[in-house]
Amino acid sequence: MTREYPDDVAGPYEAPPYEFEDREGRLIEVERHDAGIEPLMEMYCAFDPEDRAQGIPPTNEEQIRTWLETLVEADALNVIAWHGEDPIGHAMLVPDDDGSFELAIFVLKEYQNAGIGTGLIEGLLGAGREDGVERVWLSVERWNKPATALYRKVGFRPTDDGSFELEMSARLTPEA
Amino acid sequence: MKTLLGIGGSEDSLRALEEAVTRAKEAGDDLTIAIVENPDASLSQSEVETRAGEVLSETGVEADIRTLTGHPGSQLLELAERGSYDRIVLGGGETSPLGKVQLGSIAEFVLLNARTTVTLIR
Repeated sequence: MTREYPDDVAGPYEAPPYEFEDREGRLIEVERHDAGIEPLMEMYCAFDPEDRAQGIPPTNEEQIRTWLETLVEADALNVIAWHGEDPIGHAMLVPDDDGSFELAIFVLKEYQNAGIGTGLIEGLLGAGREDGVERVWLSVERWNKPATALYRKVGFRPTDDGSFELEMSARLTPEA
Repeated sequence: MKTLLGIGGSEDSLRALEEAVTRAKEAGDDLTIAIVENPDASLSQSEVETRAGEVLSETGVEADIRTLTGHPGSQLLELAERGSYDRIVLGGGETSPLGKVQLGSIAEFVLLNARTTVTLIR
């Protein structure tokens, strides 16, 4: 199946590292991450199962580790949002078989609704553009309004049909 | 239990085939395998039928194999109602590169429209 992508480029966004103050006045630092899975283990072990999406992140420690190791093997591009020493948000781009990248983002519950998702996803898209990523897609549960609103705001557009999961796509570099 | 397994040749449906046949052997289910049209699958209906026959003969389970043409979800439901099946069994979705579960369009249609209990195999 051929996925459609918007003609317009999303953003373009600045690549990390950068920092910003969230709506609660917390200083949040956004950085690329390729130094092992330990900070992500810490974050996902603290993750509220209520905020899982389509089976990820897994709930037990061993499955979380396996999942993160799969991402490393797949050569995923990772960006982490830090509050001081604590990883509190993670966004990733994972290559598919088609030269495009699948995107996902997770933010710990006590840091949601503070503008961190926007700051983090923009950092990920900026990092992707810096690495020459052209096309990005994602799937999101149709009823997850905060998530679909965020994706739309940063430049994703719906691509499909009437399934449970909404698929959206964005272009990071102009079509060749 | 009178069980109707619907498979179209996607990877998750082939996994469901193995599981459902194994469970039919253990539980003595009265199993029917319906092979539906799935335009997204890499295997043709006759290839899926061959695969189903192999799994049955490997496990020594007897099951009726039916090939359905037309809209897969509605054809499956019609057969389920006409044949008074207790349960419909389907593949439980593919996994995206990132690990997200994505339900197939046939499973979605069946889940929303079935009057019968539906089991998705993970």
